Amino acid sequence: MRAATLSFLLLAAATPAAAAGYTVVGDAIPAPLEGAIGDAARGRAIVADRTVGLCVLCHSGPFPELHFQGDLAPPLDGAGSRWSAGQIRLRLVEPQRLTPGTIMPAYYRADGFERVAPAFAGKSILTAGQIEDVVAYLSTLRGAK
Amino acid sequence: MIMRKPVAALLLASMAAAAFAQAPADTRRSGFDDMSPALQAIQMDDFANPAALWLAEGEAQWNTRTGSAGKSCADCHGTPATMRGVAARFPAFDTTLANVIDLDAKIDDCRTRRQGAASPPHESRARVALEAFVAHQSRGMPITSAAEPHLDASVAAGARIFRQRMGQIDLSCAQCHDERAGRHLAGTAIPQGHPTGYPVYRSEWQAVGTLQRRLRNCLSGVRAQPYAFGSPEMIALEAFLMRRAAGMKLETPGVRP
Repeated sequence: MRAATLSFLLLAAATPAAAAGYTVVGDAIPAPLEGAIGDAARGRAIVADRTVGLCVLCHSGPFPELHFQGDLAPPLDGAGSRWSAGQIRLRLVEPQRLTPGTIMPAYYRADGFERVAPAFAGKSILTAGQIEDVVAYLSTLRGAK
Repeated sequence: MIMRKPVAALLLASMAAAAFAQAPADTRRSGFDDMSPALQAIQMDDFANPAALWLAEGEAQWNTRTGSAGKSCADCHGTPATMRGVAARFPAFDTTLANVIDLDAKIDDCRTRRQGAASPPHESRARVALEAFVAHQSRGMPITSAAEPHLDASVAAGARIFRQRMGQIDLSCAQCHDERAGRHLAGTAIPQGHPTGYPVYRSEWQAVGTLQRRLRNCLSGVRAQPYAFGSPEMIALEAFLMRRAAGMKLETPGVRP
């Protein structure tokens, strides 16, 4: 499966991921998930909330009000300069496609987890709308740290 | 000047040989090693360590006759000193129960079968207090893990669980505690996860709790269904972690943030 995925990537072919309802083109998902329209302010709140976005558990970012941020993953500063919205979207939705074995969770994946707790069964970490909010916010982070 | 080079080369060669001869350095660290000096002092001071209250309760239980047999721990075992080293070698294969069990299960077996007493619920104060008191007798002793076929199977099963990505967050124990120990999850340094201090007083709990309670915390954290107390998976994880920490010294009762 991995080899097939990789060859799709190399060919920059469009891969319809029917079950999850998104289309990967190259290293990006160009279209917003479920047609949702992201809001950067809502996205910032999601990213900064340790119990919703979970992002700051592993990443740091431009959040002066947060005293404790993680260093397990690269800083989010400058994400919008490094990647397009579509590239950010794929990194949230299916990061393993780009970095096999990464600890970055797949935020739009709703099933196939090992021993998932009943409260989270059949659910993704964020909804399509929340992911679009996060994409909108991260796209505003310009300039390298 | 002409002579220096060969001498330097010889010196380097002998240093390299010495380096090869040495065993690889033990890089394992107890959570204690990375705590603040203030918190370390609290653990080391038997009067400041909050677990002292649990130890006192455990000692009282040791000497109290209970159950249909009307026996205390002391009636059969004698002084608590007879428990020295016991906690350092659990989980172990129990021939009577024909199973690998941990110290908690061993004490519970004694309580129900020998004393004819009721089994207190997991993590109840009474249950944790006696385990802490028994484990405390082994403080300072190196963890031993028997090379024994039944235990080996349990250790192997524990190792598999340790490396299994789990829950909605899709993380394995190993991804944090083997591969990223010392880095920070939010503001908190990730420990290597050695079970050196259990049962442990944890500030987050405001109580003394067992290794199984701690493991369940991590499982909930990755949004996985925690293994039940006393389940074979829990015992396997404990067996794996104790073998991984073999030779490290027990600190019971540890104090952790």
